[in-house]
Amino acid sequence: MKIQKLNTRGSAGQDMKEAKKQGGLNAEIQSRIGHQLRAMYDDVVRQGVPDRFVDLIRRLDVPGGGPHLGDAGEKNDGGE
Amino acid sequence: MPLTDQLRDDILASVPSLRAFAISLSGNGDRADDLVQETLLRALANIDSFQPGSNLPAWLFTILRNLFRSDYRKRRREVEDAEGSYAKTLKTQPAQSAHLEFEEFRNALDKLPQDQREALILVGASGFSYEDAAAICGCAVGTIKSRVNRARSKLSALLYVEGAEDFGPDETVRAVIGGSG
Repeated sequence: MKIQKLNTRGSAGQDMKEAKKQGGLNAEIQSRIGHQLRAMYDDVVRQGVPDRFVDLIRRLDVPGGGPHLGDAGEKNDGGE
Repeated sequence: MPLTDQLRDDILASVPSLRAFAISLSGNGDRADDLVQETLLRALANIDSFQPGSNLPAWLFTILRNLFRSDYRKRRREVEDAEGSYAKTLKTQPAQSAHLEFEEFRNALDKLPQDQREALILVGASGFSYEDAAAICGCAVGTIKSRVNRARSKLSALLYVEGAEDFGPDETVRAVIGGSG
């Protein structure tokens, strides 16, 4: 069996020692992981919508949205 | 359904979380934004297939996830190379603990198998239900649950127990608590 040791760097190590005493090691670790995951994710969410996407959505004329602009009415299939 | 102003606004409102999902998946901001842009174009081109009243974020996440996966296959080698050099730079950085902890987390997340990583992000960060996450990934609810559990135990092994990647959650915890037993 491999020798395993705790990564005791920083405050995580202290928290883990506490959790170990209480037998809640796994719960403590999972709570930390959940927190880190959301922190990473929410950091990006808080950046909002970059201008490039606002422009993209506004400019696009979408197939199926139907031509409702004034100049679309000029087209006539009658010939001549 | 046709693209109404309301739908346009709703799509825009999903952009921040789409970006967060894309960055979490790819670990690369520029590539993530390209992925979001492609997702929006794809969504708008196929807006007729969106069912009114159904879950718009889930629909958009599904598109992004599928684009990422097809893109990922092409870039696999490139990503692995980048990961290797990224890991090297980590070791030479000064120990500023908050930043380092974040980098370590990011690095560990990148080491998860893709199925597990996306399941964990969808459920643990995006806040989707197991059912929605299963629909987005095109698999059974039980599969998502098991992927999330495996992702969590692998992350805890990578981050908190050195050299324990090969052990399941129970063995890992037992080894840590009880020593060699």
